Amino acid sequence: MNNYETILILNPVLSDEQVKESMDKFKKLLKSVKAECLFDELWGLKKMKYSIQNRKTGFYMLFQFKSSPESISDLEIELKRDERIMRFLTIKLDKHAMAYAERRRSNLKSKEKVK
Amino acid sequence: MIEINTTKSSDELRFLSPPKVETSTKKKYCRFKKMKIKYVDYKDPDFLMRFLNEQGKLLPRRITGNSLKFQRKVAQAVKRARQLALLPYVSDLLK
Repeated sequence: MNNYETILILNPVLSDEQVKESMDKFKKLLKSVKAECLFDELWGLKKMKYSIQNRKTGFYMLFQFKSSPESISDLEIELKRDERIMRFLTIKLDKHAMAYAERRRSNLKSKEKVK
Repeated sequence: MIEINTTKSSDELRFLSPPKVETSTKKKYCRFKKMKIKYVDYKDPDFLMRFLNEQGKLLPRRITGNSLKFQRKVAQAVKRARQLALLPYVSDLLK
């Protein structure tokens, strides 16, 4: 069971509930391949440095999960099939990356408390 | 009567000997080793921007001073960030 991290770029014309729905869809997808979602984060609408599918902004989502290596390929087939997702990137996390992710998450939480 | 002062010889000396330019090159160090950073994150483009020149190209090791191991990690992180449109492939006046 390795740790993975996926970043999705959704096309920006989605309304809020469509974003929520696609997020839950991805979570159901993770459950269907018996992956365990550890952490998810919405970066929201961000301006992209170059246009993808001639769109200037994109909706960024970050998911960190633990899953077996075989299930990654069919997870990505599902992502390719969904035309709302413009681009995705899945990364395997080694121990340094995991430590970094934990630290990043803890100071994200502390920032939220400050707000 | 022109008063020949004795300092003339030192002027000549000044021209003969090359001007002393102290070329003290600052010892380059790998910032990742020094600050004990172990993982180069591809998600924050501001940090990666320091390793790119104005056109968005990767700077060579002799300029950034990184060790080989971390220069490769930086290169991989920059390429991932470019794919996620967090960093441009080509640009002008990036800074």
